[in-house]
Amino acid sequence: MIETRNFRILRNVVLTILSLWVAVPLFVVVSTSLKPLKDVSGLFQWIPREITASPYVDIWTTVPLAKYFQNSLIITVCATACSVTVAVLAAYAIARLQFKGKRAFSLTVLSTQMFPGILFLLPLYLIFTQIRNMTGLQLQGSYLGLIITYMTFTLPFAIWMLSGYFASIPKELEEASMIDGTGRMGALFRVILPVAKPGIIAVAVYSFISAWGEVLFASVLTNESTKTLSLGLKAYASESDVFWNQLMAASVVVSLPVLIGFILVQKHLVAGLSSGAVK
Amino acid sequence: MSHSALDSGPAAAGSAAAVSPEPGQPKAETTPPVRKRRRSFLPYGLILPAAILELLIHIGPMLLGIWIAFISLTQLNLTNWLNAPFVGLQNFINGLNPESTIGQAFFSTVGRTLGYTILVVGFSWVLGMAGAVFLSSNFRGRALLRTFFLVPYALPAYVGTIAWAFMFNQRDGAVNQILVDTLHLFGDERPFWLLGENSFGAMVIVNVWQLWPFAFLMLMAALQNVPTDVYEAAAIDGTTLWQQFRRITLPMVRPANGVLLMVMSLWTFNQFNVPFVLFGATSPKEATLISPLIYQNSFGSWNFGLGGAMSVLLLIALFIASAFYIRMVLPKGADND
Repeated sequence: MIETRNFRILRNVVLTILSLWVAVPLFVVVSTSLKPLKDVSGLFQWIPREITASPYVDIWTTVPLAKYFQNSLIITVCATACSVTVAVLAAYAIARLQFKGKRAFSLTVLSTQMFPGILFLLPLYLIFTQIRNMTGLQLQGSYLGLIITYMTFTLPFAIWMLSGYFASIPKELEEASMIDGTGRMGALFRVILPVAKPGIIAVAVYSFISAWGEVLFASVLTNESTKTLSLGLKAYASESDVFWNQLMAASVVVSLPVLIGFILVQKHLVAGLSSGAVK
Repeated sequence: MSHSALDSGPAAAGSAAAVSPEPGQPKAETTPPVRKRRRSFLPYGLILPAAILELLIHIGPMLLGIWIAFISLTQLNLTNWLNAPFVGLQNFINGLNPESTIGQAFFSTVGRTLGYTILVVGFSWVLGMAGAVFLSSNFRGRALLRTFFLVPYALPAYVGTIAWAFMFNQRDGAVNQILVDTLHLFGDERPFWLLGENSFGAMVIVNVWQLWPFAFLMLMAALQNVPTDVYEAAAIDGTTLWQQFRRITLPMVRPANGVLLMVMSLWTFNQFNVPFVLFGATSPKEATLISPLIYQNSFGSWNFGLGGAMSVLLLIALFIASAFYIRMVLPKGADND
């Protein structure tokens, strides 16, 4: 719009309100995470009376946070890596090749990414039970079981986003490579993958973020030893007490990896999300 | 955001289309004849791993989910569910009977979830639009502010919700500190925000906080394609800011809007994380949404058959919704072929 004086005044007002709306909860988290426990209960104080780093030290012993961190990391990294690897191949086929059943396959991928986890949770729970009855293989509460269930949402998203990226790469690049005798697969690995690298990294980071924040599957399919961060943080609240300062410190620690990742790949993520491949 | 990154999509597709007006045809000409035979199975080899996984994690479970709706599956026969008795439509009759408490709860939950979706998506769109309009003009600190606005979206969903749960705390939360202690709005009463009637509104606020950056992101991308000289021409004609917004900005984002509103509605309609983290496994009855209701029926009262029947109804509703969505999205995808 045209920057008249009115526009600038309105802009400053609106952007200030929006900034406060975003900032207040973030400020509450950070300031609470720096307070001693005695200052957390009772009336809320915006400015800490006393600043202490002890919540950041205590979070590791009150609750086995390192263990939850490790669980989340293993499950999230594996689900992301599997999804992206499988998705690169499928997305290339969707973006570049003609084949029978292509439309049906894309439609399946596109529609399953919109269904909620609750639709898959019950059946997967029963399938895992049956597998245990028949083979003794314990999928419930295992890393493998969680990785599989997390792929229910990371895989369709990765296929859809990557096919969008691949489609936006000029075909001439591969054609030149194939004339040089690399073949289709050679063109994919030597030309397309390097060119699409920022997009692939952005998709991986986004899958990572969504798996890192997952709550539903984790609430049913984990046990004490495979509990993820999304559930582990609950342990800072006992029946009688909530260690709000530690809970907030743990929230900061848990958010930092995904926040940094998001900011680093933000530009590519935005480009990918907005160029038609929506999720 | 770089303009070039955004523009490369359509531009690249355009140039590719210019070289190969008929998809598939030129490929056959430029590729050596040897490849012709290989091409017939290569696509299937490439999609095979994904197709197998889709069958295992989506198609199979979905079919099983439909089967569950027709059997009587409870805590007693859970481990031996293959032999659970077939009860036909009984689960649906129980779930949909408007006379029964279960049926009443189901129908009021569907209505509440629809209302919730409209509120959350509406507010998110308005905030996102406001952010997008005012951040599409150039000024210092613009890039920083844009990244900052995206933070709630990038945070793990449960972290944002935990922060709000703390703020909504009745006794020592920041919300009551502002409303009661500073503004003296409720007399001496400190209202509960996470119990009873207020819980629905609290849940809307938390979800809008997390969702609006997505609307902001998509609308900002759409606005970047609007050439500034259109606004300049409008300004010369003496239009007000509001007229520029109504006549130029809104029509320009219309194509992006369809997909954006659809996606946000689906996410919100299926929302589970926000109520689960805010209230625990059982939401207050004034704030129960459809996904948490299915969860409570299945893993709370161990009535999987009922949960299954409700899932099937949800599945049907989502199939209809996704058919609309696909009609909106897929023509775009087809251009890329």
